[in-house]
Formats: sequence, C-alpha cells, structure tokens
Amino acid sequence: MSEYKAPTEASLDLADIPEALLPEAAVEERALRTVEIDSHAMNFGPQHPAAHGVLRMVLEMDGEVVARADPHVGLLHRGTEKLIEYKTYMKALPYFDRLDYVSPMCEEHAFALAVEKLLGVTAPERAQWIRVMFAEITRILNHILNVTSFALDCGGLTPSLWGYEEREILMEFYEAASGARLHANYFRPGGVARDLPDGLIEKIQSWTTTFPTFLDDMEGLLTENRIWKQRTVGIGTFSAEQAMAWGFSGPCLRGSGVPWDLRRSQPYDKYAEVDFKIPVGRNGDCYDRYLVRVAEMRESLRIIQQACDKIRPGPVKVVDHKITPPPRREMKRSMEALIHHFKLYTEGYHVPAGATYTTVESPKGEFGVYLVADGSNKPYRCKIRPTGFAHLQAMDVLAHRHMLADAVSIIGSLDLVFGEVDR
Amino acid sequence: MTDAAYVSLPADRTAARLGVLAVRFTTTFTGLDSVGIEKGELVLRVRRDRLLDLMLRLRDDPGFRFEQMMDLCGVDFPARRERFEVVYNLLSLTHNNRIRVITTTDETQPVPSVHRIWPCATWWERECYDLFGVVFSGQPDLRRILTDYGFEGHPLRKDFPLTGHVEMRYDADRRACIYEPVSLTQDFRNFDFESPWEGVLTLPGDEKVHETRQGPEYRVPPEAAR
Repeated sequence: MSEYKAPTEASLDLADIPEALLPEAAVEERALRTVEIDSHAMNFGPQHPAAHGVLRMVLEMDGEVVARADPHVGLLHRGTEKLIEYKTYMKALPYFDRLDYVSPMCEEHAFALAVEKLLGVTAPERAQWIRVMFAEITRILNHILNVTSFALDCGGLTPSLWGYEEREILMEFYEAASGARLHANYFRPGGVARDLPDGLIEKIQSWTTTFPTFLDDMEGLLTENRIWKQRTVGIGTFSAEQAMAWGFSGPCLRGSGVPWDLRRSQPYDKYAEVDFKIPVGRNGDCYDRYLVRVAEMRESLRIIQQACDKIRPGPVKVVDHKITPPPRREMKRSMEALIHHFKLYTEGYHVPAGATYTTVESPKGEFGVYLVADGSNKPYRCKIRPTGFAHLQAMDVLAHRHMLADAVSIIGSLDLVFGEVDR
Repeated sequence: MTDAAYVSLPADRTAARLGVLAVRFTTTFTGLDSVGIEKGELVLRVRRDRLLDLMLRLRDDPGFRFEQMMDLCGVDFPARRERFEVVYNLLSLTHNNRIRVITTTDETQPVPSVHRIWPCATWWERECYDLFGVVFSGQPDLRRILTDYGFEGHPLRKDFPLTGHVEMRYDADRRACIYEPVSLTQDFRNFDFESPWEGVLTLPGDEKVHETRQGPEYRVPPEAAR
C-alpha cells in the first residue's frame, strides 16, 4: 500500500484549474502554450489559381483564421526599370504594355504623357480624343476581367465565360487600331502610332449600345446574389483614413468613400471636356469595390460615347519629325524624311534634362512614372509606380482575423496583376 | 547651410498655387536646401536629418495635408559625393496638390524611415533598399522584396551590369535550380548614340573643303581649327 503524497504543482494538470486560482506566471505559460499548438504557417501560392499570378503569401493561421499575412512579391520581377535605362524612349514604350498586361494602353499613356511633358509638346486634338477613347476601352477591358475573375475566385463560373466574350470584342478594337490584341504599343509620345481605320468609330459606337445589356446580365448574376454577397459584404473593410494612409488609389480608394479620381481632379488629355460621374462606395469592403468597378464601366461607356461624338479629323501625332516618324509615302520621296526616319529608329530623340512625376488614372488606380532625363536619348531613370504594390501591402491589415476563404475574396477585390506589381 | 537657398517662382498662372506653397516653405521651415518649381511640379530638397520633421509637417499641417505618399524611389548618380537621391512623391487629396521631396544619401548613411507617418512606406523602402542599397533607419522590416531569395548586389545602381552577375537554370541531372556566372553568346552591345558631329560645322581635317563650300567668310580661324 502506497503512502499518500500531497499533490505538487507539477503533478496537477494546469488546464483543469480555473484561471483565477493560478499564479500569474502559470496563466501566461498556459496562454503561450495554446498559441504554439494552434498556429501554423502555410504557403498560399505561388501556384494557386486564386493568387492571380505568381503571388506567394505566407499565411500564419490560427486555425482557419488568418493571424498574419506576409505577401512575397517579385516572382515576376523582370527588371523593367533597369532595361528601360538602356533603351531609347521609343523602345522603352512597349515595356509598359507588359507591366499591367490587362490594361496596356493606360500604362503607355503615363509614359507618353511624361515624355511629352519633358519634351514640351502636346499631342494634337484627335490624338488626345483617341487616347481618351482607348483608355476607357482599356478600363472596361480591365474591369471585366477583374470583376469576373473575382467572381470565379468565389465560385461563380458563368460571369467569366460571358466576360471573355465581351473582352474579345474590345480586343478586336485594339487590333483594328494598333495591330495587336494585347501588347498594343499604340500611345506614343506626341500622339498615337497611327490613325484609326475607317469605320472603327462607328463600330465602337454601335458596341456602346449593346454593352449595357452585358453589364445588366452580369449584374443579374452577381449584385443581388446571396452567395456573392455572403462572400464579399463586410469582408476586407477599410476606412477612408486607412485607405489614404496605405496609399490606396482608384476603385479601392473610392470603394472606401473617398471621391478621388485623377481624371477629374488632375485631368490630362481631353478628360476635362467629358462629363462623367465618380462612383463612390460607402463601407470600403470587397462588395463596394466590386460595385464601384461595375458603376465605373457604365461611366466609361458614357465617356467613350462622348469621345466618339467629339472626335474630329486631323493629325494624330505632332508634326515635328524630330519626335514622330514621317509618313511612309513621304519617306519614299523626300530625302529629309528618310533621314528623319533613319535617325529616329536608330538614335531616337533626345529629351532635355529634367524630371517629372506624371500620373494617370489607370483602371487599377494611380499609375505613375517618375522619369529623369539627362538630355540623352535614353531615360536616366524611369521609376514606375505600380498601383497593386500599395494595395497588396495592406493585405496583412485587410485579411487580419478573416477566414482563409476571405483572403481569396480580398485578393480578388484588390485587382492585382503581377506584371505590374513586380515590374 | 542657409535656409532655402533659392526660390524659383513660376511664370504661368496655373502654377501660382504651388508658388504660394513654395513661399510658405521658405518662410516657415528651416533645413531646406532648395524649394523650386520644376516643370510645373513643386520640388523640395531637404537635408536628411530634417526629413522626418518636414514629412510630419507636410502630413499634419492643415495648409499642406499631404495624406498620401504615392511613391518613394531612389536615383543613382555615381559621380556625386552622396550618390543616391531618395525621392518621395506626396499627394494631398484635400488640396489637390502634389509635392516631391528629395533627400540624398550614400551607401552607408541611413535615411530616416517614414513608415510611422505613412504605413505604406514600408514596402517602398524595402524596394529602395533592395534595388539601390539605401539603408533606412527605424525600419523594422528591411528585407529584400523584388529580387530573388539570396540575391546579391543592388541591381538599379548604375555600376551594376544590365545582364547581372549570375543566371539560373534547372539542372535535370542534379534535379535542382543552379546558379552560374552569366555567359552571353553575343557580347553585350551598348551603342553610343551621342552624335559626335551634331553642331560641329567643320570636321577635323576638313577645314579646306568647308571653306571652299561655305565661302571665305566662314573661314575657320587657325586656333579654332586646332
């Protein structure tokens, strides 16, 4: 028969004793132990269909709840800024198509405006209207892809199937204008590469009458959809102050209730002459960002219609052949035109020394180019201000204490394209 | 160093608002190297040690209210004593203004981090550190961001070669990604397009031909020809 022993502290199971009866150190130890057991880190991506490309996100999970999100970017880093330093201004332009490959022309727009500012030239009226028109077509292209793939992430397959069909029509406009469906290389410093083919404006006009039907159909699938709202309403909420502090712009900023649009506040090209509204969200959640994008598509449509009405025949690039190439037929006859052509396509033009930070309202938000010229034919430094970079950075705050599935919704609503984030 | 070395005022009326801001800076803030309007954009050059004071003021002063830091980037000028410019592009939504704040540093001198003023600065500072090697003091998360894991060097410095130093490929035999020194099948060609004969009327050794073509009044004086 064994002797009775008084229970020591070590032999007791601490978990069985109420917290109030334990010394403070033991309570702390218990809390520490709980965290160690439950939390684990996991990799979201880089090979994940909802990561929208090559995002690797290290998620520290607390059960199924995200405790900390650490996005690792740069898997698509191609050194665009370094490459541009070794190219002439003309050769640097196509790199911009490849940044945000969902909205190529808007990226070109920023670079073209920056170079124009340093050169001190202004594109002719018609070129500005063409740019406005195609920038808005690009916005619709981008928003269709974003909204529908966002729905795809949340389990809705149909919108993306419909959306791709609609995008194909828009990319035919791209092809008609520039010759390429995606990497357009169309907006050039000093205007656009070439004039629109005959009949394209009428085609665009007739498309603007059919597109609202698509939008209505798509909204019919999503806007009041119970599952869609369960996945997006109240998820990833950001207040206006937070959105400003984290450098948000575009639909993400407007979704949080800040009526800020560079097309209105700092208009470039012909945006001062078109009439459009700026949709603003109220709650700053994923659903509001979705609603803002849909409403923006309708406004873009109005801008395209106005551009179609207001566009007049005229030159589409500045006539200074030191900057823009002469027409091909002239080249065959005029020695001077031939020399200009040769010089432009080998040496390129020299941009006077100076620096500018030029921005456009790209579909994702503020896309900026900080261009430093040293008077030579190559940019000394070309910093690209990607939009998604700032949005992705807030992922840790946005996804904090959300479920894992909600992190997918948040990524979808931020509209990330890694060609742009990683550069 | 004097306060606000100079103010260059704008010629056109559209930039007048920025001009008013520029004057306010020179009259109320010490430690600025220069305030100017370059290409219609307000540019402030500030000493490193005064950066945080200035930034805090820019954000909180009701007259400025630069709520957003849109961009931070480095620029490398290897010939300068402090070779890096760190450029902050700020945006005021309240007043619809932009401002560019520029400070300088070298490879070792740290720039004070502004991540407590704008939380979004963290990634921009990480990027600047990654690409230029600029160190930010007070930044708790100064990891590389855009380059590969284990990358060496700072690729956007002017003395970093465009091709880089190493290239990576998958080795099927070893079943691993391996890094090797870059080997180019064709030499890297960087053409010098600075036209040597633009603006020069007479090519060296061609003075006689030039004279006969242009007439005697265009005769090159012998000392200039040399």
